[in-house]
Amino acid sequence: MLTIDVKGLACPEPVVRTMQALKKDPEGVTVIGDTVASRENIMRFAAAKKYKAALDEKDGVFTLTLTK
Amino acid sequence: MEYKNLSEDPGREDIKLTKLAKCAGCGAKVGAGVLAKLLTDIKVHTDENLLVGFDKSDDASVYKLSEDLALVQTLDFFPPIVDDPYLYGRIAATNALSDVYAMGGEPKLALNIMCVPKSMPKEQVHEILRGGYDTAYEAGAIITGGHSIYDDEPKYGMSVTGFVRPDKVLTNAGAKEGDVLLFTKPLGIGILSTAARADMLSEEGRARMIGLMTALNKNARDCMVKYEVHACTDVTGFALLGHLLEMAQGSGLTADIDVSRIDMIPEAVELAEMGILPEGVYRNREFAEAFVDAGDTPLRLQDVLYDPQTSGGLLIAVEPKDADALYAELKTCVPSAQRIGVMKTEGEKRIVLHGCAE
Repeated sequence: MLTIDVKGLACPEPVVRTMQALKKDPEGVTVIGDTVASRENIMRFAAAKKYKAALDEKDGVFTLTLTK
Repeated sequence: MEYKNLSEDPGREDIKLTKLAKCAGCGAKVGAGVLAKLLTDIKVHTDENLLVGFDKSDDASVYKLSEDLALVQTLDFFPPIVDDPYLYGRIAATNALSDVYAMGGEPKLALNIMCVPKSMPKEQVHEILRGGYDTAYEAGAIITGGHSIYDDEPKYGMSVTGFVRPDKVLTNAGAKEGDVLLFTKPLGIGILSTAARADMLSEEGRARMIGLMTALNKNARDCMVKYEVHACTDVTGFALLGHLLEMAQGSGLTADIDVSRIDMIPEAVELAEMGILPEGVYRNREFAEAFVDAGDTPLRLQDVLYDPQTSGGLLIAVEPKDADALYAELKTCVPSAQRIGVMKTEGEKRIVLHGCAE
């Protein structure tokens, strides 16, 4: 499972990179990011594609793990 | 001012305008909540002839010159929302002119405001301006000058001056209980432009987006001024719900919205579900959410309702007895017009959404 860092990227790049990572490995991905918009966009994408999403947030940085 | 012509450089690649922009179109707008904070404690001077200032967060200021003439003044500009410089110029001008229409006025004079990187080819700069001029002429306005500076991120827009009869000024705060709410363009422009930045937009979607953003609100304005309209605003960066909230708050009412009547671009709804949303959606939600009873409205439709529109349609509150006639006439010149709800007496929330449960 890949881990990608989308900190500092403007929308829609974080969610697009998440999609690309899941194309490489459809089992799941861990995304590290730092904006509400990127977090929410990725959560919406996960819901649409029926991935489970586990969220951990600390000091303005989130770690979102999507799994089948 | 001279522009370096990069076309003389054999090694150059065409500059993709949207790659130079950090935020797209009206999505670059500073959030309504942030703006209110920035203006705190600043003393605002006024004048007895100032009919509309920024106390009710309206689209333009209006100043009475005589008993039958008032000046409408506005300014709007933003970074590139499309890569084609001519279309970018057209969109920015359409959007700037729209604020005058939203006040019920007719635009007459316009000044360009432009920021360009030193490296931008002069042909591209020329095309942006050509788009602006063509659009201003289409609106019946003339461009009389402007101001340009160098900046790493391109920006273009206009300050527009128009005229209106003082007794015909339409603010966003004049709606009355029972007024019917009409809206003139489909929603989802911001989402489509976000998808375009990720090369995820269909050709049809792109054509639809450009068509909407370059459509002047002139016809809608010319149509509505013949009827008893109480309030009007153009829906731009704060999204339908943000602008509707300002109208409801300013008028001391609650807007009752039938979401099933709102025309949302189907591709934008699909993209919303996939999380292809601009940051502005979340800014707008943060600003307005506490005042909205979203009921059972699905998240993807709520997201479209919070989508910042660039050069969006007019939101019109019309006297109930005139609603059928105005709606029928609007449909003939602005086929995308929709009848989306009514203004009701002030309730617990400023906006109530219904009609679209899963």
